[in-house]
Amino acid sequence: MTVSTSDSLSLYRMVRLIRRFEERAIELVHSGDIVGGIHPYIGQEAVAAGVCAALAPEDVITSTHRGHGHVLAKGADPARMLAELTGRVTGLNKGRGGSMHAADFGIGVLGANAIVGAAGAIATGAAWARQRLGTPVVAASFFGDGAVNEGVLLEAFNLAALWRVPVLFVCENNGYATTMRVADAVAGSITGRATAFGIPASVVDGQDPEAVLAEAATAVARARAGGGPSFLECRTQRFEAHHTFEHKVRLRYRTDEELAEIRSRDPLDVQGARIAGTDRCGVDDEVESVLDQAVAFALESPFPDPLTAMDHLYASGLTPRAGSDL
Amino acid sequence: MPWLSYQKALNRALADAMAADDTVFVLGEDVRVAASNVTVGLAKRFGPDRVLDTPLSEQGFTSFATGAALAGMRPVIEFQIPALLFLSFEQITNHAHKFSLMTGGQCRVPVTYVVPGSGSRTGWAGQHSDHPYSLFAHVGIKTVVPATPSDAYGLLRSAVQDPDPVVVFAPSAALGVREDVDFATLAPVPLGSGRVHRRGADVTVVAVGHHVQDAVAVADDLADTVSVEVFDPRTVYPFDWDGLTESVRRTGRLVVIDDSNRTCGIAGEVIATMVERVRLAAPPVRVTRPDGAVLPFSLELDRATQPSRAQLAAAVTLTVKER
Repeated sequence: MTVSTSDSLSLYRMVRLIRRFEERAIELVHSGDIVGGIHPYIGQEAVAAGVCAALAPEDVITSTHRGHGHVLAKGADPARMLAELTGRVTGLNKGRGGSMHAADFGIGVLGANAIVGAAGAIATGAAWARQRLGTPVVAASFFGDGAVNEGVLLEAFNLAALWRVPVLFVCENNGYATTMRVADAVAGSITGRATAFGIPASVVDGQDPEAVLAEAATAVARARAGGGPSFLECRTQRFEAHHTFEHKVRLRYRTDEELAEIRSRDPLDVQGARIAGTDRCGVDDEVESVLDQAVAFALESPFPDPLTAMDHLYASGLTPRAGSDL
Repeated sequence: MPWLSYQKALNRALADAMAADDTVFVLGEDVRVAASNVTVGLAKRFGPDRVLDTPLSEQGFTSFATGAALAGMRPVIEFQIPALLFLSFEQITNHAHKFSLMTGGQCRVPVTYVVPGSGSRTGWAGQHSDHPYSLFAHVGIKTVVPATPSDAYGLLRSAVQDPDPVVVFAPSAALGVREDVDFATLAPVPLGSGRVHRRGADVTVVAVGHHVQDAVAVADDLADTVSVEVFDPRTVYPFDWDGLTESVRRTGRLVVIDDSNRTCGIAGEVIATMVERVRLAAPPVRVTRPDGAVLPFSLELDRATQPSRAQLAAAVTLTVKER
């Protein structure tokens, strides 16, 4: 697959948008506007940008606790995303989900899921159902290297392969499950878990958006043609903390030398080198302007009314009893 | 009028739900051959696509159903044994149940989980005899425990049509109950509405699931000395608090028979709520399984661990003594 110049530019734009979104979000964590912190996606942007570029607008994804990049790459409005992170009523989830649960069903984001490995079966069921309903789509399910040791994810691999469900399992191998190294956690191999179920699996350079797009496009085409699931292991790097709490509590699991090595190959540079310098500056300015507006929108938006805390608990509209009658 | 068994009522409800709505499908273990009898004839009538035999992957297929529901279908999962709800508890409570609120109402998860054979199955011992409906009520999942064939039909129909996850417990001890019923009158029973099986003036007995039959029998036995009202909540969550309050206001006395473990069982919640709402004439009494019960195998021990008619009769007698 060849990547056109416009694709190169839009991939750069998405990597840049996610990068700067995350950097602005970290500032908002430090200023106290985002409560509860975030799991920064910085360093891994090529994966979300590449995979989502291979999907059609009607395709669906499931995301993770480190999910801002996936949600943005699928097309979410950065302003409503930031409003969600800052707990505002204008957020994607009306302030009910926050950083780890951002969802936008209108564009096929079936939710970021904070339980590691849990969404693979959900994505599989959704793709299976859309096929049955006569409106087939491809589902892409993102998860990290930590998830490959979760039983329910392996069950999802089995169901997807057994029933030839059009789902793309995207493992973002950033080397660490929080502080646990892959080498200390994974017996056998990551792709071996997929091939054991007969699922075609490949290893991709997860720092290169175009490499990810090319491999994802092959898998998506196979899924649309009735070939069932595929598995991508994207070898990537987490430049930042597991979670912003590490900015206060320094956990010693990566040496300075290792961190320098981890950060030496930046998807922003990889993709930036593929476009003209003037184009790059133009995109950077445009992204900055979008994010300025997004931050302003978020911080000017109202917080939800505490009296609505249990709204949406039931789709039927059932109102639960209050915790106190007084 | 023809006789309808509880088990056949569940089967009929599923068939009618599938006939009424193409998005309804059943999945679970051995459902095509209907190992538990509830899905008899469905695969032949509706085809294998709508009666999906799953591998033994309860966690996987439970969340698979959540995904299918998010995409617009109405899955009905059959769990052959109640303990499978422990295995899939994470998928039901932490995902299916939470999606509506966490997404700010962007989606709905209309999945029904049916357990045809909850509670003791007589001799199936520690890991096949649980009755964890109070656990699901505690986490706020719509939970129904029908006592009669027509309610089993009506509540299962409502569960399938509900936009939220619903767990349907069909107690083993109720599966053989038969009812003389005009099939034309079978209809959905709304969730959250209780039913008075027997009117009485002296004491309200709240009986859950198969214990409704026990409560009616005890009421008959004691009829010469005490007038017992039997209230069947039918749905333990949401609970028909207004219906029960009306009953307890009239009788002033309350006994609950509940096949839950004692601590945090629904009986405790029923008593707490009635004490908050009604000035009782006597201390309320509950009859439950022991705290933390694990059903032992031997039949005498199995029976000794579950609420009994004798215990219920003693509780009723004690309550009315305090006049």
